[in-house]
Amino acid sequence: MSNRFFKKIVGGTNEYERTPVPAESLKSGKSFLGMYAGEHTAGTEFVIGPLFVAHGVTASDLILGLIIGNLLAVLSWGLITGPIATSKRLTLYYQLERIAGKYVVRWYNLVNALMFCFLAGSMIAVSATAVGIPFDLEMPTLTDWLPRTPGWIVTVLVMGAVITLVAIQGYNQVSKFANIMSPWMILIFFAAAIVGLAQLGVGSLESLVTIAQEVIWNGVPMAGMSKFTIWHIIFFAWFCNMAMHIGMSDLTILRYAKSWKYGFYTFVGVYLGHFVAWIASGILYAVFLQANTGSQEFAPGQIAYQTLGIAGAVCVVIAGWTTANPTIYRAGLALQGIFLKVPTWKITAIVGGITSLAACFPALVMKLLDFVALYGLLLMPMGAVIFADFYFSKKMGFQSEGALSSNSNFSIPAFLSWVLTLAFCLGLNFIYGVEIFFLGLPGWFVAVAIFVALSRINYPLVKSPAL
Amino acid sequence: MKILLKLNSVIGLVLSIVPPVLFFFGKMEMSPMKLWMGIGMLAWMVTAPFWINKKGNNEQSSMDNFQ
Repeated sequence: MSNRFFKKIVGGTNEYERTPVPAESLKSGKSFLGMYAGEHTAGTEFVIGPLFVAHGVTASDLILGLIIGNLLAVLSWGLITGPIATSKRLTLYYQLERIAGKYVVRWYNLVNALMFCFLAGSMIAVSATAVGIPFDLEMPTLTDWLPRTPGWIVTVLVMGAVITLVAIQGYNQVSKFANIMSPWMILIFFAAAIVGLAQLGVGSLESLVTIAQEVIWNGVPMAGMSKFTIWHIIFFAWFCNMAMHIGMSDLTILRYAKSWKYGFYTFVGVYLGHFVAWIASGILYAVFLQANTGSQEFAPGQIAYQTLGIAGAVCVVIAGWTTANPTIYRAGLALQGIFLKVPTWKITAIVGGITSLAACFPALVMKLLDFVALYGLLLMPMGAVIFADFYFSKKMGFQSEGALSSNSNFSIPAFLSWVLTLAFCLGLNFIYGVEIFFLGLPGWFVAVAIFVALSRINYPLVKSPAL
Repeated sequence: MKILLKLNSVIGLVLSIVPPVLFFFGKMEMSPMKLWMGIGMLAWMVTAPFWINKKGNNEQSSMDNFQ
C-alpha cells in the first residue's frame, strides 16, 4: 500500500486535468523507478505481515504466494494500466467522466472517499499502538472490534485531531517528509527481519528454514482466525492494489510515462513493500508471540518497539501518520468533487472527524486484509469499464467514450456494470461462500461483459452513409 | 556544508542497519543495538530534510508535481 494515492489525485487536479499530458511533460523511467522504490512501504505493511502469521499460512505458501501474486500485480500494471495510460494520457477521473458521465463519477468519488476514511482510520489506530507505549495504554487484541479502554479512544481522537489539522494545512510538507523517511523506513524493515531472526535463534540456512516453517509461519491459525492457503496469499498480493492497476487509478500517474513499459517498474516497490516488508513484519510478530506466549494482543507499535526499540516505534508512528494524513486529504478532495461549494478545509475537517471516529474501532486494523480486498473490489468495475471501452469499442461495435459521444452525464452501461458486478460478487460471497479475496477476478470479467453488452445496445456504432 | 549533511545522513542509515547485523552475528547486545539505531534515526531525520527534495534537480521537483 502507499501514501501515493492522494498525491496523484492532487496532481490530477493541478495539472492537465482535462487535457492529455503533452510530450514535453513526460517523465523518464528513472523517475518512475525512484518513485516506486519507496512507495509501497507504508503503515499497512506493519499489519499485513503479522496478519498472515495470525492466519496460519505456511512458510512455503507465503514465499511462493508472494512471488506469484506480486508478479501478477506487476504484470497487471505493465500490461493493463500502462498501455491505456500512455495511449490516452488522461487522469482516471476525466477518462471515467468521458465514458461514464459526471453523475457516475460522483458516486465513484463518494465510495472512494468512504474507503479512504476507513483506510486512514486504520492507520491512525496503528500509530496509536506506538504512541500509547509511554502511557502504558492497554492494546487491542486480534478479536477486538470495539475499543477496550477510554484511554484508547482519547489517544486515537487526539491523534486524529492532530493529523486532520495537518491535512487541512495541505499535503506538501507531509508528502516531502514521507519521501525523506522512505529510505530509512525500508532499512528498518530489513533491520526488523535481521534482528527478529536472530532472536528466534537463526544461525544458519538450515535453521532459517526450520524456524521459518516451525516457528514463524507454522501453518496453525491463531484462535478466532481463518486458515490462509497459498491461494489467499497469491490473490491478496495481486489484488491488494487492485484499485490501482486493474481499477485504473494509476492512469493518473502512468499518463506521464514516456513508455507504456514503465508500468513494469512497479516491481521495485512491490517486491520491497509487499515481499520484504511483509516478511519482516511477520518475523517481528513471531518474536512478539514467542516472548508473550498465548498473547492475543495485536499492536504493531508494541511489536516493533520490543524488537527494535525507539526506532521501531517511531517507524510505526511515521509509517501510519504519513499514510493516514494524505489519505484524509485525498478523501477530502474526492468529496469536494461532489460538494463543489463547500470549502476544502471544512470537508477535510469533516472527513478527519469521521476518520478519527472510525479509528476508535480496532476492527479496522484486525480486519485490514478484508478491508483492503473490499476497497479494491468496490472500485475495480470502473477499471474494467475503461479497459473494455479502450480495447473492445471498435471490435464489438459500440461507440467509445459513450457519455461524451452521446453528450450525457450518466452512462447506464457503465453504472449498471458497476452495480451488477458488485451484486454478482455479493452473490458469490453469500450463496457460494467465495471469500472476498477471490471475488475480484471473476468480477472483472463480469464487469467487462456487462459493459460491452449494454454499450452495444445503448451506444451502437452509427454507420456512415454510403457515398 | 551539503556534503557534511549528506555524510551525516549516510551515517544515520549505516547506524540503522549495521547494529542489527552485528547483533545477528552475536557481536553486539540488544540494548546498545537499540541505542545505536535510535541515534541513526535521529541522524537521518535531522539531516536528510536539508538535502533530499532540495537538490535543485528538476526531475525531483517535477516528480512532486505529478505524483
